[in-house]
Amino acid sequence: MADATPQAVDNIPPAEVPEVELYHPKSWWTKYVFSQDAKVIAIQYSGTAIAIGLVALVLSWLIRLQLGFPGTFDFITPEAYYQFITMHGMIMVVYLLTALFLGGFGNYLIPLMVGARDMVFPYVNMLSFWVYLLAVLVLVASFFAPGGPTGAGWTLYPPQAITSGTPGGQQAGILLMLASLMLFIVGFTMGGLNYVVTVLQARTRGMTLMRMPLTVWGIFTATVMALLAFPALFVACVMMLFDRLLGTSFFMPALVEFGEQLEYGGGSPILFQHLFWFFGHPEVYIVALPAFGIVSDLISTHARKNIFGYRMMVWAIVGIGALSFIVWAHHMYVSGMDPYFGFFFATTTLIIAVPTAIKVYNWVLTLWRGDIHLSLPMLFAIGFIVTFVNGGLTGLFLGNVVVDVPLSDTMFVVAHFHMVMGVAPIMVIFGAIYHWYPKMTGRMLNEAMGQFHFWVTFVGAYAIFFPMHYVGLVGVPRRYHELGDATFVTDSLHSLNAFISVAALIVGFAQVVFMFNLFWSLRYGKESGGNPWRATTLEWQTPETPPIHGNFGKDLPIVYRWAYDYSVPDAPDDYLAQNDPWPQKAPASEAAS
Amino acid sequence: MIAALIFLAIVVAIAGWWLSRQRLFSKPWLETGNAGLAPGTEAINQPASKVGLGVFLAVVGALFALFFSAYFMRMEFPDWRTLAMPRIVWFNTGALVLSSIALQMAVVAARRGRLQALRQDLLAGAAAAVIFLVGQVLAWRALAELGYFATSNPAYSFFVLITGVHGLHMIGGLIALARTAVQSAGGEVTERLRTGTELCATYWHFMLLVWVIIVALLAGWLNEFADICRQLLV
Ligand code: HEM
Ligand SMILES: [Cu+2]
Repeated sequence: MADATPQAVDNIPPAEVPEVELYHPKSWWTKYVFSQDAKVIAIQYSGTAIAIGLVALVLSWLIRLQLGFPGTFDFITPEAYYQFITMHGMIMVVYLLTALFLGGFGNYLIPLMVGARDMVFPYVNMLSFWVYLLAVLVLVASFFAPGGPTGAGWTLYPPQAITSGTPGGQQAGILLMLASLMLFIVGFTMGGLNYVVTVLQARTRGMTLMRMPLTVWGIFTATVMALLAFPALFVACVMMLFDRLLGTSFFMPALVEFGEQLEYGGGSPILFQHLFWFFGHPEVYIVALPAFGIVSDLISTHARKNIFGYRMMVWAIVGIGALSFIVWAHHMYVSGMDPYFGFFFATTTLIIAVPTAIKVYNWVLTLWRGDIHLSLPMLFAIGFIVTFVNGGLTGLFLGNVVVDVPLSDTMFVVAHFHMVMGVAPIMVIFGAIYHWYPKMTGRMLNEAMGQFHFWVTFVGAYAIFFPMHYVGLVGVPRRYHELGDATFVTDSLHSLNAFISVAALIVGFAQVVFMFNLFWSLRYGKESGGNPWRATTLEWQTPETPPIHGNFGKDLPIVYRWAYDYSVPDAPDDYLAQNDPWPQKAPASEAAS
Repeated sequence: MIAALIFLAIVVAIAGWWLSRQRLFSKPWLETGNAGLAPGTEAINQPASKVGLGVFLAVVGALFALFFSAYFMRMEFPDWRTLAMPRIVWFNTGALVLSSIALQMAVVAARRGRLQALRQDLLAGAAAAVIFLVGQVLAWRALAELGYFATSNPAYSFFVLITGVHGLHMIGGLIALARTAVQSAGGEVTERLRTGTELCATYWHFMLLVWVIIVALLAGWLNEFADICRQLLV
């Protein structure tokens, strides 16, 4: 334990991080619109992501209306239904969750938490947002294109994605979808370079990797994964564009359509599935890892206790990140693969559950005998743990080939991934917004509205997705517009479906309250001060709230400790900020600022 | 997905090597004060642009590795025929090699502060790269005249696709090179100019490496390698 002795703090010279040349906005336009400040970009990213996410929310109501009350709504034709599910899935996964976690939270939190003045390439960072916005606009344009958006399912499997029987397949729909995805990837790469290099390069003095808050670890690892995984989607998109526009046969086998032999021949739809899931599975952890990181910080802060097993948490994040690149084919068990192949992927899939489980244990052990404050962020964090465990367990079912084969393509899968990748990360996003909104605006979100929002969302999400497991076990397939008169579809199943749909509408309504709260509290929220949660991480120690351009005052903070010094015995307060030199005195340079 | 996995293994090895020096086994909860300021755990002591380029090249590498993976997988289907490489591709390869050499000489000139030589080398490098691109356009036309239409041979589709993506990356590189060349019009070799030259050269060498693999792949030299991998898997 020799390394535990704090050495004389006065030895630390003042911040040696070279001062970067900050760009200085000259007009309203460059300050709020074409801004290069990561915090402004973060808000732009978040606003756009939430706006397009609301579109996806409305689509989910339409899907549920059809499933709960089939035959009642004439405008939901089979084509429209496919378009709704496709756009709902794609928007939620890529344009909402990925963009919000990395573009939104990444931009806001990375520089502040590692003690940097801004991202290292602010101009590229700004471009990243504008390309993302363009991608979203192209996506929205497909709703207005002749033939409407694509209805190929969010997995866009060929050949059907580009054949004429699929909505948008031979029209603009699929083209706009592919173009939008490619733009998104280009834009994300620009941003991702920033997030990674900022963590590598711009950490303030004393901020070693093992002192970084887990939020930064989560976002950092997820970004590295995204940078390596998105190219797979890009390759798949380009090749499909070639097939569709130039008539190549990368993915397209010989096909007869309406009695006519198409020009294609010899291509492999399975090739697309490999490429798609080589991106697709890492993608689920790209969404999950930032959530893991953020929730660790929320739990520790709101339970006034250091995170249990910090090192293990870091290793688990990195381990999950690496492992998730070798499990992709568990999405393809029913594609007719070699059984040995399936065995390999089932093994890796189940191995990845180990670090995941470690993380869950550590969250629970952090709560154990903590001083739990049931604040809104804490409520959402607990909601996350519960829903995530639930979804992780069904993942174990699906990871085994023999169990998956009958369950694949049923509503059980839909329930699994909504629990684990829909509800759970969204819980974290809400928790994070309740947690950091005071830093971003200087005001607290309204507590009563927040409580309403939490309970309706949490209970409602269970009401929606728990019965859905059962629906899937009974055998109801996913992606069916109407079930028809199959014998296994009983009356009680119909009423269950109706119940789920009603719950979905109610949960949707709760989100409207949340949106209202965001705007209402901007004006009428309680003033928060700089550090309302008495948290340790650097973003709470900024001289101004909300932090101004450049984040910190004259000198960058110096970091003396890790991010989880809560309830330290003998300390003057129940927390020690990362830049608090206790038990030593602050060096002269810091005291002066 | 063999090619992609091999590439990832390389990335993991590099990342693992770096992480292994970050004291991931330290106990941060015990270390307050400057005990955590062990050497080597600070921010990386390199210009951000160099680290940024390194990360970017990892992304570009992933992109091409995935194209190669797709190529190998598509190869297994019965309609596959190896491509007859247009002759001009060999000439183009030569141009690209010269371009890389010129930029390496530019780096040397920049380090020694010889502005005149630096300018010449940058221009020579750019010219050779442009010749490469023009040659590629000719190669596509040559293939098109042979009558390999997109529908007739998937190897031809891959040729257009992969060399096209490579060409786009070269065009992007040329834009960066042009900006560096404009800077070299100033009176002296600044720090910025030197870094810019180094970045361009690194990018060029990387694209040359990618190109060599592309040619080896399309000419069928890696077919045996693909067979071995396939046997390992089955
Ligand atoms: C304990 C770990 C997990 C295991 C073993 C697991 C296993 C699986 C398997 C085998 C499937 C394919 C089911 C089928 O199509 O037949 C699947 C689907 C899915 N999983 Fe997981 N999963 C796990 C965790 C996660 C996490 C953490 C997320 C997201 C954050 C996630 C998101 C998804 C999604 C989105 C799908 C469906 C994709 C689609 O077909 O549209 N899973 N999971
Ligand atoms: Cu998966």
